[in-house]
Amino acid sequence: MSDFLRDYLNVVWFAAIALVLASLLLGISAIIRPNKPSAEKNIAYESGVNPVGDGWSQSQVRYYIFALLFVVFDVEAVFIFPWATRLETYGTFGLVEMGIFVFVLLLGLVYAWRKGVLRWV
Amino acid sequence: MFAVDSLLDHIKLFSIPTLIVIIKVLVVFVVGLVGTMLMVWFERKVIAFMQNRIGPNKAGPKGLLQTLADGTKLFFKEDLIPDKSDRFVFKLAPYLAFVPAFLVWAIIPLGGDFSNGKNGDVKILGHVTKLQLADPPVGVLLLLALSSIAIYGIMLAGWSSGSKYPLLGSVRASAQMISYEAALGLSLATVILVTGTLSTNGIVASQFTFSRWSVIATGVLPFAIFLIAATAELNRPPFDLVEAEQELVGGFNTEYSSIRFALFFLAEFMNTITMSGVIVTLFFGGPQPLRIAGHANVLQFLGPVSGTVWLLLKVLVFLYVYVWFRATLPRLRYDQLMNLGWKLMIPLALGWFMLLAFFRVGQDSGWNTWVIGVAGIAVMALCAGLLQLASKVSARNREREGAMF
Repeated sequence: MSDFLRDYLNVVWFAAIALVLASLLLGISAIIRPNKPSAEKNIAYESGVNPVGDGWSQSQVRYYIFALLFVVFDVEAVFIFPWATRLETYGTFGLVEMGIFVFVLLLGLVYAWRKGVLRWV
Repeated sequence: MFAVDSLLDHIKLFSIPTLIVIIKVLVVFVVGLVGTMLMVWFERKVIAFMQNRIGPNKAGPKGLLQTLADGTKLFFKEDLIPDKSDRFVFKLAPYLAFVPAFLVWAIIPLGGDFSNGKNGDVKILGHVTKLQLADPPVGVLLLLALSSIAIYGIMLAGWSSGSKYPLLGSVRASAQMISYEAALGLSLATVILVTGTLSTNGIVASQFTFSRWSVIATGVLPFAIFLIAATAELNRPPFDLVEAEQELVGGFNTEYSSIRFALFFLAEFMNTITMSGVIVTLFFGGPQPLRIAGHANVLQFLGPVSGTVWLLLKVLVFLYVYVWFRATLPRLRYDQLMNLGWKLMIPLALGWFMLLAFFRVGQDSGWNTWVIGVAGIAVMALCAGLLQLASKVSARNREREGAMF
């Protein structure tokens, strides 16, 4: 196997051990802990009173908008990281290209800002 | 079936390389767990001293075994799963938080000899290897990917509880961590710009003198942005809106009890340690000794472990900084949090990144430094003006709508 894949295999081994440890902790606890279920214990917590309505209540749409906005910057990272490692190779041409790209991106942020999306009420 | 064959080929039991990998995995794992327990104690003790209290002092010498006692207690606690919850996701979420917290350690160089441009190779049992579990060529991307998976753990934990406080905590968590991940990635890009590699080992190797440490080479700003964004990623105070006790009871983990809660708790402290390790690796040269102006390595007498000791010392500094943050800074409001992230840190990180790239290319092709400086500042000012304009328009619109603040 190539060294390239072996590195990732080490990570997988590590993940496997972490998984085993977590399962082991839960398993031991499952054996020794008491288990006396009752209907009232399993009610969702709502400051000590009976829960009102559904637990999955609606939340503000703003959280979702920020998630959408993030996608823009995440995609940008996909372009910026490889370019940053090869900065010298592409030189001035690459710099101008990236400048235009970042500028367009910034325009997106400015647009969102102007629209008041970044305002949290 | 070639994939399986090569897998079997790798797992030749008791061959030396396999043995080394096993040793490394076990050592990192045990040190990680013990470190997490000590971190919990350290945090409680330091905060106690800052607040003029004594802190844990009953279990073991100076209260060192307090975490162990707490953990043991959690083993004996009943495990409750709310009726309304999504049972599968509810059980899955602690794993999603716990496993990535550990995995980051795999790519952090933990020691080795980086002096005089060496790349940190050491000899164990006659085999040349690195004091690092894995050194994938895209190590930094793996880091970002793992920190994204950790978001899933918190988000799904809150959502699957089928309860209101955890749900609020989880939507807050997703928006907050996502916002700061953008700033985190952009400040990280400046490090890549300076070091020219995505491999963590390469990043450490390129910081061979004090002036080449990324914190200096990138200008201090990306480090400051990274530190703030990392604190937000960790949901630590002053950015702990996810589990703000005064508003959300316990946030995303309100409905968790027993050892499932302990897994979240462990993951949180583990993440604090790994994030300190990441900061040290990226900005402070990892296991590189602190050598100013050609002075010798003051820990030279420790021989081969001096790199590891340096790393531990540096990590300890950042652990203290995180505890210090928690003890001194009040929690931000959610709108302040979002403003800081989107209106200050992201534009600033982006601008600094472009400025740095500009300077690097300019140096490379021999442009006049003054011209570069003036042009760079002019472009920055233009962009800042643009953003200022946007902010003004936004404020005007707000007034027109008659909002209160």
